Amino acid sequence: MQEFRYLENVTTLKLDEERCTGCGMCETVCPHTVFKVEKSKAYFADRDACIECGACTANCPVEAISVTPGVGCAAYIIQTWIKGRNAAVACC
Amino acid sequence: MKELLANDKNAASRAEACCSSSQVTMGGSAPQPLSIPMAQTQEDDTPCCGPKPGPPSSPFEKPGYRMWHFVSGFAETPVGAIPRIATTLKATDFAGTFRARLGICRDRYRVAPGLYSAGDPGAESPVLVTANYKLSFDSLRRELNSIDAWILVLDTRGVNVWCAAGKKTFSTEELIRQVNGVGLNRLVSHRELILPQLGAPGISAQAVKKGCGFKVIWGPIRASDLKTFLRNGRKAEGKMRQLTFSIAERILLIPVELSLIVKPSMIILLAVFFLSGIGPHIFSFSAAWFRGLNGAAAYILGVLAGAVVAPILLPWLPRRQFYIKGIWTGLVVGFIGVLSLGNDIGRLEFLALVLVSTAVSSYAAMNFTGATPFTSPSGVEKEMRQGIPIQIIAVAVATIAWVAAPFVN
Ligand code: SF4
Ligand code: SF4
Repeated sequence: MQEFRYLENVTTLKLDEERCTGCGMCETVCPHTVFKVEKSKAYFADRDACIECGACTANCPVEAISVTPGVGCAAYIIQTWIKGRNAAVACC
Repeated sequence: MKELLANDKNAASRAEACCSSSQVTMGGSAPQPLSIPMAQTQEDDTPCCGPKPGPPSSPFEKPGYRMWHFVSGFAETPVGAIPRIATTLKATDFAGTFRARLGICRDRYRVAPGLYSAGDPGAESPVLVTANYKLSFDSLRRELNSIDAWILVLDTRGVNVWCAAGKKTFSTEELIRQVNGVGLNRLVSHRELILPQLGAPGISAQAVKKGCGFKVIWGPIRASDLKTFLRNGRKAEGKMRQLTFSIAERILLIPVELSLIVKPSMIILLAVFFLSGIGPHIFSFSAAWFRGLNGAAAYILGVLAGAVVAPILLPWLPRRQFYIKGIWTGLVVGFIGVLSLGNDIGRLEFLALVLVSTAVSSYAAMNFTGATPFTSPSGVEKEMRQGIPIQIIAVAVATIAWVAAPFVN
Protein backbone atom coordinates (compact mmCIF):
# COMPACT_ATOMS: atom_id res chain seq x y z
CA MET A 1 0.00 0.00 0.00
CA GLN A 2 3.00 2.27 -0.23
CA GLU A 3 1.70 3.78 -3.47
CA PHE A 4 -1.30 5.16 -1.59
CA ARG A 5 -0.67 7.65 1.17
CA TYR A 6 -3.41 9.61 2.84
CA LEU A 7 -3.35 12.72 5.01
CA GLU A 8 -0.64 12.90 7.66
CA ASN A 9 -1.00 13.61 11.33
CA VAL A 10 -4.74 13.06 11.48
CA THR A 11 -5.16 9.67 13.11
CA THR A 12 -6.51 9.46 16.65
CA LEU A 13 -4.27 6.45 17.33
CA LYS A 14 -2.41 6.40 20.66
CA LEU A 15 -0.09 3.85 22.17
CA ASP A 16 0.66 3.52 25.86
CA GLU A 17 4.11 1.97 25.88
CA GLU A 18 4.07 1.53 29.64
CA ARG A 19 1.19 -0.93 29.41
CA CYS A 20 2.38 -2.80 26.34
CA THR A 21 3.56 -6.34 26.98
CA GLY A 22 4.90 -6.86 23.49
CA CYS A 23 2.50 -9.69 22.64
CA GLY A 24 2.54 -8.71 18.97
CA MET A 25 -1.21 -8.89 18.43
CA CYS A 26 -1.40 -5.34 17.05
CA GLU A 27 1.30 -6.11 14.51
CA THR A 28 -0.69 -9.17 13.40
CA VAL A 29 -4.11 -7.61 12.96
CA CYS A 30 -3.19 -4.21 11.49
CA PRO A 31 -3.76 -4.22 7.72
CA HIS A 32 -1.33 -1.33 7.20
CA THR A 33 1.72 -2.41 9.18
CA VAL A 34 1.40 0.52 11.56
CA PHE A 35 3.04 -1.36 14.45
CA LYS A 36 6.26 -3.26 14.85
CA VAL A 37 7.29 -5.03 18.02
CA GLU A 38 10.89 -5.06 19.17
CA LYS A 39 12.39 -5.91 22.54
CA SER A 40 8.93 -6.69 23.96
CA LYS A 41 7.54 -3.27 23.13
CA ALA A 42 5.31 -2.16 20.29
CA TYR A 43 6.23 1.03 18.46
CA PHE A 44 4.86 2.97 15.52
CA ALA A 45 6.51 1.87 12.32
CA ASP A 46 4.17 3.96 10.17
CA ARG A 47 1.61 5.87 12.20
CA ASP A 48 0.30 7.92 9.26
CA ALA A 49 -0.82 4.75 7.49
CA CYS A 50 -3.43 4.14 10.19
CA ILE A 51 -7.01 4.06 8.90
CA GLU A 52 -8.61 3.96 12.36
CA CYS A 53 -10.26 0.62 11.75
CA GLY A 54 -9.99 -0.35 15.41
CA ALA A 55 -8.57 -3.84 14.87
CA CYS A 56 -5.59 -3.19 17.15
CA THR A 57 -7.62 -1.74 20.02
CA ALA A 58 -10.14 -4.58 19.85
CA ASN A 59 -7.36 -7.14 20.12
CA CYS A 60 -4.76 -5.64 22.43
CA PRO A 61 -5.03 -7.76 25.58
CA VAL A 62 -3.91 -4.97 27.93
CA GLU A 63 -5.72 -1.99 26.41
CA ALA A 64 -2.49 -0.24 25.55
CA ILE A 65 -3.89 1.18 22.32
CA SER A 66 -6.65 3.70 21.80
CA VAL A 67 -8.22 4.98 18.62
CA THR A 68 -11.57 6.48 17.65
CA PRO A 69 -12.74 3.89 15.17
CA GLY A 70 -14.99 4.70 12.26
CA VAL A 71 -15.43 4.45 8.54
CA GLY A 72 -13.59 6.82 6.25
CA CYS A 73 -16.61 7.57 4.14
CA ALA A 74 -18.12 10.95 3.33
CA ALA A 75 -21.76 9.93 3.70
CA TYR A 76 -21.02 8.45 7.12
CA ILE A 77 -19.25 11.59 8.28
CA ILE A 78 -22.07 13.83 7.11
CA GLN A 79 -24.35 11.67 9.26
CA THR A 80 -22.09 12.12 12.27
CA TRP A 81 -22.30 15.87 11.72
CA ILE A 82 -26.08 15.81 11.58
CA LYS A 83 -27.03 13.07 14.00
CA GLY A 84 -23.94 12.70 16.14
CA ARG A 85 -21.40 9.92 16.21
CA ASN A 86 -23.53 7.33 17.97
CA ALA A 87 -26.55 7.55 15.72
CA ALA A 88 -24.66 7.34 12.44
CA VAL A 89 -24.65 4.02 10.58
CA ALA A 90 -21.58 2.91 8.71
CA CYS A 91 -22.24 2.98 5.04
CA CYS A 92 -19.84 0.84 3.05
CA MET B 1 -30.21 -43.49 0.69
CA LYS B 2 -29.81 -41.48 3.81
CA GLU B 3 -32.77 -40.01 5.50
CA LEU B 4 -32.71 -36.46 6.65
CA LEU B 5 -32.17 -35.93 10.28
CA ALA B 6 -34.86 -34.34 12.32
CA ASN B 7 -34.08 -30.87 13.63
CA ASP B 8 -31.12 -30.63 11.37
CA LYS B 9 -29.56 -27.30 12.26
CA ASN B 10 -28.29 -26.74 8.82
CA ALA B 11 -31.52 -27.15 7.05
CA ALA B 12 -31.49 -23.42 6.71
CA SER B 13 -28.34 -23.54 4.71
CA ARG B 14 -30.22 -25.26 2.00
CA ALA B 15 -32.80 -22.56 1.77
CA GLU B 16 -31.95 -20.23 -1.00
CA ALA B 17 -32.17 -16.55 -0.32
CA CYS B 18 -32.28 -14.53 -3.47
CA CYS B 19 -33.63 -11.37 -4.91
CA SER B 20 -37.17 -12.55 -5.00
CA SER B 21 -38.36 -12.80 -1.47
CA SER B 22 -40.95 -15.43 -2.20
CA GLN B 23 -38.57 -18.34 -2.38
CA VAL B 24 -37.64 -18.67 1.23
CA THR B 25 -40.48 -20.38 2.89
CA MET B 26 -39.04 -21.50 6.15
CA GLY B 27 -42.38 -22.03 7.80
CA GLY B 28 -42.95 -21.42 11.46
CA SER B 29 -42.53 -24.95 12.77
CA ALA B 30 -39.40 -26.97 13.19
CA PRO B 31 -38.57 -29.28 10.29
CA GLN B 32 -40.33 -32.61 10.61
CA PRO B 33 -38.53 -35.91 10.24
CA LEU B 34 -38.73 -36.87 6.64
CA SER B 35 -38.57 -40.05 4.78
CA ILE B 36 -38.72 -39.40 1.12
CA PRO B 37 -39.68 -42.35 -0.99
CA MET B 38 -37.53 -42.87 -4.02
CA ALA B 39 -39.46 -41.86 -7.03
CA GLN B 40 -40.62 -44.98 -8.77
CA THR B 41 -38.96 -45.49 -12.05
CA GLN B 42 -41.50 -45.70 -14.74
CA GLU B 43 -41.05 -49.03 -16.43
CA ASP B 44 -43.67 -48.64 -19.01
CA ASP B 45 -42.37 -46.41 -21.72
CA THR B 46 -45.55 -44.97 -23.06
CA PRO B 47 -45.61 -41.33 -22.08
CA CYS B 48 -49.11 -40.06 -21.60
CA CYS B 49 -48.24 -36.45 -22.27
CA GLY B 50 -45.03 -34.71 -23.24
CA PRO B 51 -41.46 -35.92 -22.87
CA LYS B 52 -40.12 -38.25 -20.20
CA PRO B 53 -40.09 -36.88 -16.64
CA GLY B 54 -36.78 -35.61 -15.22
CA PRO B 55 -34.77 -37.25 -12.44
CA PRO B 56 -36.38 -37.86 -9.06
CA SER B 57 -36.06 -35.31 -6.27
CA SER B 58 -32.93 -35.47 -4.18
CA PRO B 59 -33.46 -37.15 -0.82
CA PHE B 60 -32.10 -34.00 0.81
CA GLU B 61 -34.87 -31.80 -0.44
CA LYS B 62 -37.31 -30.63 2.18
CA PRO B 63 -40.70 -29.04 1.76
CA GLY B 64 -40.37 -25.30 2.00
CA TYR B 65 -36.62 -25.27 1.34
CA ARG B 66 -34.65 -24.97 -1.80
CA MET B 67 -31.26 -26.55 -2.23
CA TRP B 68 -28.36 -24.32 -3.20
CA HIS B 69 -26.61 -25.37 -6.37
CA PHE B 70 -23.24 -25.35 -4.59
CA VAL B 71 -24.21 -28.09 -2.16
CA SER B 72 -22.81 -31.34 -3.53
CA GLY B 73 -23.87 -33.58 -0.68
CA PHE B 74 -24.03 -33.88 3.06
CA ALA B 75 -21.53 -35.09 5.63
CA GLU B 76 -22.89 -37.07 8.57
CA THR B 77 -21.41 -35.63 11.75
CA PRO B 78 -22.05 -35.71 15.49
CA VAL B 79 -23.87 -32.40 15.08
CA GLY B 80 -26.09 -33.45 12.21
CA ALA B 81 -25.86 -33.55 8.42
CA ILE B 82 -23.57 -30.75 7.27
CA PRO B 83 -23.78 -29.55 3.67
CA ARG B 84 -20.68 -30.26 1.63
CA ILE B 85 -19.95 -27.45 -0.78
CA ALA B 86 -18.50 -27.53 -4.26
CA THR B 87 -15.22 -25.67 -4.63
CA THR B 88 -15.68 -24.64 -8.24
CA LEU B 89 -17.95 -21.80 -9.22
CA LYS B 90 -20.71 -22.31 -11.76
CA ALA B 91 -22.13 -19.94 -14.34
CA THR B 92 -24.88 -18.94 -11.95
CA ASP B 93 -22.27 -17.91 -9.34
CA PHE B 94 -20.52 -15.71 -11.88
CA ALA B 95 -23.83 -14.23 -12.96
CA GLY B 96 -24.65 -13.48 -9.32
CA THR B 97 -21.22 -11.93 -8.79
CA PHE B 98 -21.74 -9.81 -11.86
CA ARG B 99 -25.11 -8.57 -10.62
CA ALA B 100 -23.78 -7.85 -7.14
CA ARG B 101 -20.85 -5.94 -8.61
CA LEU B 102 -23.30 -3.82 -10.56
CA GLY B 103 -25.12 -3.12 -7.34
CA ILE B 104 -28.25 -5.07 -8.29
CA CYS B 105 -29.83 -6.75 -5.27
CA ARG B 106 -26.45 -6.58 -3.64
CA ASP B 107 -27.88 -6.49 -0.14
CA ARG B 108 -29.92 -9.64 -0.74
CA TYR B 109 -27.00 -11.66 -2.10
CA ARG B 110 -26.39 -13.90 0.84
CA VAL B 111 -26.10 -17.49 1.98
CA ALA B 112 -27.59 -18.97 5.12
CA PRO B 113 -25.29 -18.64 8.13
CA GLY B 114 -24.14 -21.78 9.88
CA LEU B 115 -21.81 -24.67 9.28
CA TYR B 116 -20.63 -26.08 5.94
CA SER B 117 -17.92 -28.50 4.96
CA ALA B 118 -15.39 -28.67 2.16
CA GLY B 119 -13.73 -31.91 1.11
CA ASP B 120 -13.91 -34.61 3.77
CA PRO B 121 -13.17 -32.89 7.08
CA GLY B 122 -12.81 -34.66 10.42
CA ALA B 123 -12.32 -33.77 14.06
CA GLU B 124 -8.84 -32.38 13.40
CA SER B 125 -9.73 -30.25 10.42
CA PRO B 126 -9.43 -26.48 10.53
CA VAL B 127 -12.48 -24.26 10.99
CA LEU B 128 -12.57 -21.27 8.64
CA VAL B 129 -14.84 -18.39 9.50
CA THR B 130 -16.42 -16.05 6.95
CA ALA B 131 -19.33 -13.71 6.31
CA ASN B 132 -22.65 -14.63 4.73
CA TYR B 133 -22.25 -12.25 1.79
CA LYS B 134 -22.29 -14.66 -1.11
CA LEU B 135 -19.23 -13.06 -2.75
CA SER B 136 -17.22 -13.58 0.46
CA PHE B 137 -18.46 -17.15 0.67
CA ASP B 138 -17.66 -17.82 -3.00
CA SER B 139 -14.19 -16.33 -2.82
CA LEU B 140 -13.46 -18.63 0.11
CA ARG B 141 -14.89 -21.84 -1.29
CA ARG B 142 -13.15 -21.50 -4.66
CA GLU B 143 -9.83 -21.67 -2.79
CA LEU B 144 -10.71 -24.86 -0.97
CA ASN B 145 -10.22 -27.53 -3.59
CA SER B 146 -8.14 -30.36 -2.11
CA ILE B 147 -8.57 -28.87 1.37
CA ASP B 148 -10.62 -30.57 4.07
CA ALA B 149 -12.14 -27.91 6.29
CA TRP B 150 -15.19 -26.76 8.15
CA ILE B 151 -16.61 -23.40 7.21
CA LEU B 152 -18.47 -21.37 9.77
CA VAL B 153 -20.54 -18.63 8.17
CA LEU B 154 -21.54 -15.75 10.42
CA ASP B 155 -24.74 -13.82 9.93
CA THR B 156 -23.36 -10.48 8.78
CA ARG B 157 -26.65 -9.53 7.05
CA GLY B 158 -25.10 -10.25 3.69
CA VAL B 159 -22.23 -7.82 4.14
CA ASN B 160 -18.59 -8.63 3.42
CA VAL B 161 -16.11 -9.30 6.21
CA TRP B 162 -14.40 -5.91 6.22
CA CYS B 163 -17.54 -3.78 6.17
CA ALA B 164 -19.35 -6.12 8.55
CA ALA B 165 -16.47 -5.86 11.02
CA GLY B 166 -16.82 -2.08 10.82
CA LYS B 167 -20.58 -2.35 11.36
CA LYS B 168 -20.06 -4.86 14.16
CA THR B 169 -22.12 -7.62 12.62
CA PHE B 170 -18.97 -9.66 12.06
CA SER B 171 -18.56 -9.54 15.80
CA THR B 172 -17.38 -11.34 18.90
CA GLU B 173 -20.98 -11.97 19.97
CA GLU B 174 -22.05 -13.39 16.59
CA LEU B 175 -18.99 -15.63 16.43
CA ILE B 176 -19.64 -17.03 19.91
CA ARG B 177 -23.33 -17.48 19.06
CA GLN B 178 -22.53 -19.50 15.93
CA VAL B 179 -19.81 -21.59 17.58
CA ASN B 180 -22.19 -22.56 20.36
CA GLY B 181 -25.21 -22.78 18.05
CA VAL B 182 -23.71 -25.37 15.72
CA GLY B 183 -22.09 -27.26 18.59
CA LEU B 184 -18.58 -26.83 17.27
CA ASN B 185 -16.99 -28.28 20.39
CA ARG B 186 -18.72 -31.60 19.68
CA LEU B 187 -17.57 -31.52 16.06
CA VAL B 188 -13.85 -30.81 16.33
CA SER B 189 -11.28 -31.96 18.84
CA HIS B 190 -9.11 -28.82 18.61
CA ARG B 191 -10.12 -25.37 19.86
CA GLU B 192 -9.02 -23.05 17.09
CA LEU B 193 -10.82 -20.81 14.62
CA ILE B 194 -9.17 -19.30 11.56
CA LEU B 195 -10.54 -15.85 10.81
CA PRO B 196 -9.80 -13.48 7.97
CA GLN B 197 -7.57 -10.68 9.26
CA LEU B 198 -9.94 -8.06 7.92
CA GLY B 199 -12.51 -9.22 10.48
CA ALA B 200 -10.28 -8.01 13.32
CA PRO B 201 -12.00 -4.63 13.86
CA GLY B 202 -15.17 -6.47 14.88
CA ILE B 203 -13.68 -9.31 16.88
CA SER B 204 -11.76 -9.40 20.11
CA ALA B 205 -9.71 -12.59 20.21
CA GLN B 206 -9.53 -12.56 24.02
CA ALA B 207 -13.29 -12.15 24.34
CA VAL B 208 -13.91 -15.05 21.93
CA LYS B 209 -11.60 -17.26 23.95
CA LYS B 210 -13.43 -16.31 27.11
CA GLY B 211 -16.86 -16.67 25.52
CA CYS B 212 -16.56 -20.08 23.85
CA GLY B 213 -13.12 -21.46 24.59
CA PHE B 214 -11.88 -21.19 21.02
CA LYS B 215 -8.65 -19.45 20.12
CA VAL B 216 -8.74 -17.03 17.22
CA ILE B 217 -5.98 -17.39 14.65
CA TRP B 218 -5.76 -14.46 12.26
CA GLY B 219 -5.54 -15.78 8.74
CA PRO B 220 -4.50 -13.91 5.61
CA ILE B 221 -6.46 -10.97 4.21
CA ARG B 222 -7.17 -12.69 0.89
CA ALA B 223 -8.69 -16.15 0.60
CA SER B 224 -6.26 -16.83 -2.25
CA ASP B 225 -3.43 -16.93 0.31
CA LEU B 226 -5.22 -19.48 2.44
CA LYS B 227 -3.48 -22.55 1.02
CA THR B 228 -0.04 -21.07 1.59
CA PHE B 229 -1.13 -20.02 5.05
CA LEU B 230 -2.24 -23.53 5.98
CA ARG B 231 0.89 -25.03 4.44
CA ASN B 232 3.17 -22.64 6.33
CA GLY B 233 1.95 -23.78 9.71
CA ARG B 234 -0.78 -21.15 9.86
CA LYS B 235 1.50 -18.18 9.59
CA ALA B 236 0.63 -15.12 7.55
CA GLU B 237 3.39 -12.63 7.05
CA GLY B 238 4.32 -9.65 4.94
CA LYS B 239 2.14 -9.25 1.88
CA MET B 240 -0.50 -11.62 3.21
CA ARG B 241 -1.20 -9.12 5.98
CA GLN B 242 -1.27 -5.99 3.84
CA LEU B 243 -4.11 -4.48 1.91
CA THR B 244 -3.78 -3.72 -1.77
CA PHE B 245 -5.81 -1.43 -3.99
CA SER B 246 -4.87 -2.30 -7.53
CA ILE B 247 -6.42 -0.74 -10.61
CA ALA B 248 -8.54 -3.88 -11.09
CA GLU B 249 -9.79 -3.68 -7.51
CA ARG B 250 -10.67 -0.03 -8.03
CA ILE B 251 -12.51 -0.63 -11.29
CA LEU B 252 -14.61 -3.36 -9.64
CA LEU B 253 -15.92 -0.78 -7.16
CA ILE B 254 -17.02 1.76 -9.75
CA PRO B 255 -20.42 0.28 -10.73
CA VAL B 256 -21.66 0.14 -7.15
CA GLU B 257 -20.41 3.66 -6.61
CA LEU B 258 -22.39 4.78 -9.67
CA SER B 259 -25.50 2.87 -8.68
CA LEU B 260 -25.54 4.77 -5.39
CA ILE B 261 -25.48 8.08 -7.22
CA VAL B 262 -28.39 7.33 -9.56
CA LYS B 263 -31.18 8.08 -7.10
CA PRO B 264 -30.09 11.52 -5.85
CA SER B 265 -29.17 12.36 -9.45
CA MET B 266 -32.81 12.15 -10.56
CA ILE B 267 -33.79 14.96 -8.23
CA ILE B 268 -30.76 17.05 -9.16
CA LEU B 269 -31.45 16.64 -12.87
CA LEU B 270 -35.06 17.74 -12.37
CA ALA B 271 -33.77 20.87 -10.67
CA VAL B 272 -31.33 21.47 -13.53
CA PHE B 273 -34.12 21.31 -16.11
CA PHE B 274 -36.28 23.60 -14.01
CA LEU B 275 -33.56 26.21 -13.56
CA SER B 276 -32.78 26.06 -17.27
CA GLY B 277 -36.31 27.16 -18.15
CA ILE B 278 -36.09 30.43 -16.22
CA GLY B 279 -35.49 33.41 -18.49
CA PRO B 280 -36.76 36.76 -19.73
CA HIS B 281 -40.07 35.07 -20.63
CA ILE B 282 -40.40 33.93 -16.99
CA PHE B 283 -40.42 30.27 -17.92
CA SER B 284 -39.82 28.64 -21.27
CA PHE B 285 -40.35 24.94 -21.75
CA SER B 286 -38.19 24.81 -24.82
CA ALA B 287 -35.37 26.50 -22.89
CA ALA B 288 -35.94 24.11 -20.01
CA TRP B 289 -35.44 21.26 -22.43
CA PHE B 290 -32.60 22.50 -24.63
CA ARG B 291 -30.57 24.35 -22.02
CA GLY B 292 -31.48 21.66 -19.53
CA LEU B 293 -29.86 19.03 -21.72
CA ASN B 294 -26.60 20.95 -21.58
CA GLY B 295 -26.88 21.31 -17.82
CA ALA B 296 -27.64 17.61 -17.46
CA ALA B 297 -24.67 16.75 -19.65
CA ALA B 298 -22.36 18.84 -17.44
CA TYR B 299 -23.74 17.10 -14.36
CA ILE B 300 -23.27 13.64 -15.82
CA LEU B 301 -19.76 14.53 -16.97
CA GLY B 302 -19.02 15.53 -13.39
CA VAL B 303 -20.32 12.21 -12.07
CA LEU B 304 -18.21 10.28 -14.56
CA ALA B 305 -15.14 12.37 -13.81
CA GLY B 306 -15.49 11.89 -10.06
CA ALA B 307 -16.81 8.35 -9.78
CA VAL B 308 -15.10 6.70 -12.77
CA VAL B 309 -12.06 8.66 -13.93
CA ALA B 310 -10.82 9.69 -10.48
CA PRO B 311 -10.89 6.16 -8.98
CA ILE B 312 -9.03 4.76 -11.99
CA LEU B 313 -6.37 7.48 -11.98
CA LEU B 314 -6.28 7.67 -8.18
CA PRO B 315 -2.57 7.17 -7.49
CA TRP B 316 -1.51 9.50 -10.29
CA LEU B 317 -3.73 12.49 -9.53
CA PRO B 318 -1.93 15.27 -7.66
CA ARG B 319 -2.49 15.78 -3.93
CA ARG B 320 -3.76 13.34 -1.35
CA GLN B 321 -7.16 14.89 -0.74
CA PHE B 322 -9.82 13.16 -2.79
CA TYR B 323 -11.81 16.34 -3.29
CA ILE B 324 -8.77 17.85 -5.02
CA LYS B 325 -8.26 14.75 -7.15
CA GLY B 326 -11.90 15.16 -8.18
CA ILE B 327 -11.37 18.82 -9.04
CA TRP B 328 -8.65 17.89 -11.54
CA THR B 329 -10.69 15.24 -13.29
CA GLY B 330 -13.85 17.40 -13.19
CA LEU B 331 -12.08 20.39 -14.69
CA VAL B 332 -10.51 18.45 -17.53
CA VAL B 333 -13.49 16.24 -18.34
CA GLY B 334 -15.89 19.18 -17.93
CA PHE B 335 -13.86 21.51 -20.11
CA ILE B 336 -13.42 19.04 -22.95
CA GLY B 337 -16.99 17.81 -22.63
CA VAL B 338 -18.61 21.24 -22.66
CA LEU B 339 -16.43 22.38 -25.56
CA SER B 340 -17.72 19.46 -27.57
CA LEU B 341 -21.35 20.40 -26.80
CA GLY B 342 -21.11 23.04 -29.53
CA ASN B 343 -20.50 26.74 -29.91
CA ASP B 344 -23.96 28.11 -29.17
CA ILE B 345 -22.99 28.12 -25.50
CA GLY B 346 -22.25 31.60 -24.17
CA ARG B 347 -19.29 32.46 -21.96
CA LEU B 348 -21.36 32.69 -18.80
CA GLU B 349 -23.02 29.37 -19.53
CA PHE B 350 -19.66 27.80 -20.30
CA LEU B 351 -18.37 28.92 -16.92
CA ALA B 352 -21.47 27.57 -15.19
CA LEU B 353 -21.24 24.18 -16.88
CA VAL B 354 -17.54 23.64 -16.16
CA LEU B 355 -18.08 24.69 -12.55
CA VAL B 356 -20.90 22.19 -12.20
CA SER B 357 -18.78 19.34 -13.60
CA THR B 358 -15.93 20.26 -11.31
CA ALA B 359 -18.01 20.54 -8.15
CA VAL B 360 -19.92 17.33 -8.83
CA SER B 361 -16.72 15.49 -9.66
CA SER B 362 -15.04 16.78 -6.52
CA TYR B 363 -17.94 15.56 -4.39
CA ALA B 364 -18.17 12.17 -6.10
CA ALA B 365 -14.42 11.61 -5.73
CA MET B 366 -14.63 12.60 -2.07
CA ASN B 367 -17.36 10.01 -1.64
CA PHE B 368 -15.05 7.35 -3.02
CA THR B 369 -12.99 7.59 0.18
CA GLY B 370 -15.55 5.24 1.70
CA ALA B 371 -14.65 2.52 -0.76
CA THR B 372 -10.90 2.81 -0.40
CA PRO B 373 -8.97 0.79 2.17
CA PHE B 374 -6.44 3.45 3.10
CA THR B 375 -8.44 6.46 4.26
CA SER B 376 -8.98 7.21 7.93
CA PRO B 377 -12.24 8.81 9.09
CA SER B 378 -10.29 11.61 10.75
CA GLY B 379 -8.57 12.34 7.46
CA VAL B 380 -11.79 12.22 5.48
CA GLU B 381 -13.47 14.54 7.94
CA LYS B 382 -10.59 16.96 7.67
CA GLU B 383 -10.71 17.08 3.90
CA MET B 384 -14.49 17.38 3.91
CA ARG B 385 -14.25 20.52 6.01
CA GLN B 386 -12.16 22.03 3.25
CA GLY B 387 -13.83 20.43 0.27
CA ILE B 388 -17.52 20.87 0.96
CA PRO B 389 -17.43 24.69 1.27
CA ILE B 390 -15.52 24.88 -2.01
CA GLN B 391 -18.05 22.60 -3.70
CA ILE B 392 -20.98 24.62 -2.34
CA ILE B 393 -19.50 27.91 -3.53
CA ALA B 394 -18.83 26.45 -6.98
CA VAL B 395 -22.41 25.20 -7.30
CA ALA B 396 -23.82 28.52 -6.06
CA VAL B 397 -21.77 30.54 -8.55
CA ALA B 398 -22.70 28.11 -11.32
CA THR B 399 -26.41 28.39 -10.50
CA ILE B 400 -26.33 32.18 -10.51
CA ALA B 401 -24.39 32.24 -13.79
CA TRP B 402 -26.74 29.70 -15.36
CA VAL B 403 -29.92 31.53 -14.37
CA ALA B 404 -28.45 34.94 -15.24
CA ALA B 405 -27.18 33.90 -18.69
CA PRO B 406 -30.50 34.21 -20.60
CA PHE B 407 -31.04 37.72 -19.16
CA VAL B 408 -27.55 38.86 -20.13
CA ASN B 409 -27.71 37.61 -23.72
S1 SF4 C 1 -1.30 -5.71 21.21
FE1 SF4 C 1 -1.03 -4.32 22.95
S2 SF4 C 1 0.29 -5.45 24.36
FE2 SF4 C 1 0.40 -6.52 22.41
S3 SF4 C 1 2.20 -5.62 21.41
FE3 SF4 C 1 0.45 -4.44 20.71
S4 SF4 C 1 0.28 -2.74 22.13
FE4 SF4 C 1 1.64 -4.24 23.07
S1 SF4 D 1 -6.67 1.31 13.84
FE1 SF4 D 1 -6.41 -0.23 12.21
S2 SF4 D 1 -5.01 0.73 10.78
FE2 SF4 D 1 -4.86 1.89 12.67
S3 SF4 D 1 -3.16 0.95 13.72
FE3 SF4 D 1 -5.00 -0.04 14.48
S4 SF4 D 1 -5.21 -1.82 13.19
FE4 SF4 D 1 -3.75 -0.47 12.15
